[in-house]
Amino acid sequence: MDAVWLARVQFALTVGFHYLFPPLSIGLGWMLFGYQTCFLKTGKAVYQQLARFWLRLFAITFAVGIATGITMEFQFGTNWAAYSRFVGDIFGAPLAAEGVFAFFLESSFLGILLYGEKRVSRKVYWLSSLLVAVGATLSAFWIVVANSWQQTPAGYHLLNGRAELTSFWAAVFNPSTLPRYLHVITGALVVGTFFVVGVSALMLLKKRHVAFAERSLKSALIPFLLSALLVMGTGHEHAVQVAETQPAKLAAFEGLWETQAGAPLLLFGLPNAATETTDWAVGVPKLLSFMVGFSKETRVQGLKDFPKAIRPPLLPTFFSFHLMVYLGGWFALLGAVGLFLWRRGQVAENRIFLTAAALTLPLPFMANELGWMAAEIGRQPWVVYNLMRTKDAVSAAVPAEQILASIILFSLIYTLLFGIWLYLLGRQIKQGPQPLDAEVRS
Amino acid sequence: MITLQLVWLLLIGVLIIGYAVLDGFDLGVGFWHLFAKKGAERSTFIRAIEPFWDGNEVWLLTAGGALFAAFPPVYATVFSGFYLALILVLLGLILRAVSIECRNKVGDPRWVAVWDVAFAVGSILPSLLYAVAIGNLLRGLPLNATGDYTGGFWALLNPYALTVGLVGLSMFAIHGALYLAVKTGGETQRKARAWAAKAWWAYAPLFMIAAGWTSHGGYLRGGAAVPQMLGALAALAIGLVRIFNRQGRDLSAFLASCAGIALVMLGVVAVLFPNLVVASNDPSLSLTVFNASSSQRTLAVMLVIALIGMPLVIGYTVFIHRVFKGKV
Repeated sequence: MDAVWLARVQFALTVGFHYLFPPLSIGLGWMLFGYQTCFLKTGKAVYQQLARFWLRLFAITFAVGIATGITMEFQFGTNWAAYSRFVGDIFGAPLAAEGVFAFFLESSFLGILLYGEKRVSRKVYWLSSLLVAVGATLSAFWIVVANSWQQTPAGYHLLNGRAELTSFWAAVFNPSTLPRYLHVITGALVVGTFFVVGVSALMLLKKRHVAFAERSLKSALIPFLLSALLVMGTGHEHAVQVAETQPAKLAAFEGLWETQAGAPLLLFGLPNAATETTDWAVGVPKLLSFMVGFSKETRVQGLKDFPKAIRPPLLPTFFSFHLMVYLGGWFALLGAVGLFLWRRGQVAENRIFLTAAALTLPLPFMANELGWMAAEIGRQPWVVYNLMRTKDAVSAAVPAEQILASIILFSLIYTLLFGIWLYLLGRQIKQGPQPLDAEVRS
Repeated sequence: MITLQLVWLLLIGVLIIGYAVLDGFDLGVGFWHLFAKKGAERSTFIRAIEPFWDGNEVWLLTAGGALFAAFPPVYATVFSGFYLALILVLLGLILRAVSIECRNKVGDPRWVAVWDVAFAVGSILPSLLYAVAIGNLLRGLPLNATGDYTGGFWALLNPYALTVGLVGLSMFAIHGALYLAVKTGGETQRKARAWAAKAWWAYAPLFMIAAGWTSHGGYLRGGAAVPQMLGALAALAIGLVRIFNRQGRDLSAFLASCAGIALVMLGVVAVLFPNLVVASNDPSLSLTVFNASSSQRTLAVMLVIALIGMPLVIGYTVFIHRVFKGKV
């Protein structure tokens, strides 16, 4: 394999692994804040118990997230030096801003949450939980800013052989920043809230810590359902923006070949690059046009409008997008069923629901990964849309065998890390919550 | 224009010094970890750094982001040129992050023992490699016209760079021991003081050797006066470390060590200035503060970000050290 391919593989591996953790930090961070708020307001020890239990899982997740995140940031320089020289004038600032505005906040106050409960007042402790969640959410903002600039570059001109900043705010709020940020955050909320639902379901199935698990499940069910609905709404907004700013990507998402007014929304099908048609297509007539432009007659560009050399890789883009959408539908359904069962007083006993929830545990992570795959593969062959190709972005100084060696090392370490993370998670579930604090209860 | 570039050199200097002073102590604690008694003493070591280490690593993350933003060609050349070394640093940092989080989670002594080794290795490897990288920057790198490093990996492991590497390792080792002396009591504290005293006999001579080698090896390309003055001040700080350590004034010794680290780092900048990456094959290819910066607009925007953000950062750092002040 050549260096470009290896660099792509390394990027996919490190970003794919890294991104298991930040959405969980964001979503779980807000759940923790919710528990702390309830505890502050009511003084009921059960909330403290919930907060403490999920905090321990949060801590492991955050540590792995930081460690793999440093790898991400260094990687632009190590593997993509030509890219870094070309975009550094614009791309570096959000990364630095993320550190200054978000990570310091999150890591400092996480220290207080984890080790400072006895050293600060209850209010400061509550505030720390808020700041941790805010920090996690802000860090996503700056990362989405940087990546959105790759998708829809703005606020720059080409000078001295590189992209130079002309307007900071135009670059930060480029056309895709807000729709993508909202979709990313709601996606993270799905991960965090469902993590609580799924792990609680697992405990209920195994009949461990039943009372605690039931409370825990109920605490997250409505937030999960809301997030699942919101992620659909923000996803829709994002797709409308993609149709406008990156039509080739949307066409690949949808397996749409012919430019047409009244384009159908594909439900199932298999795009065939050889015949330039989509086989076994089942779609709703005119719905895509309607969704994109609020009119059945909106013109949607098809893949044939674009030269083959600048079409994204078809099948990976198509399938990652469609799987993500199917999963999104499943989450909303599961949340709605859960709420229905809760109202009938059966949510903690219904084994079919609990089994489904436990099996769904990995799926929100997958949906988040698939979304990023659709976004990033769908942007190819560009690393910066319409400005720089990925193959021109790599480090000339790094030989292929060194990349291969580091891929092997990282794969080993990451497999190990993942195993440990699962193991600790399993232990935590087995051990269950700490007993209620006597002093608080009285 | 020139002023903004100098301001950014200074700010990145502050971030890197902040990182070295702060993560330096927890990396240094890792250096001594395997010398500590199994059980309570090792747990004390971890507790001494637990609330701080990830915040300390954020300084690295921010310094990396700031370098990328302010001097993109430098970031690109250095990070791709030191590819394998950086990969090893990253693996080290990952290993230690995970060991700090994991070692206390399971009671089995074998589990703890494995993570203790991972923690020590993950601390020693980055400490050494950072300084080896700095040694290579001081020495200069062969670059081509696009600014890509053209030497191989093994060329980075030259005697001069390895000597600088050992300076860095001993610097963090003594820093960690002095930190432990501040944060612990009883027998552990006495032990930490004794370690610091021993480490001084590695740190001080190695520093003098490296300083002399830098002066006489022809690496003072931009003039000798400022680097030698900073070197003398650093030597003074290192001397004070020894005096305070002997007197048992732990906090003063630790602060002197902080000052020593800052002065050594400033000395490195002074040796390089105005270069950031010296092209050893052709000086006209060198990346300097002036030819390798971002545009004026970007530097100005970033300055606003820094002026808003850095006081907050310093505020959080001071706040958590106050919350967790005192012995472990």
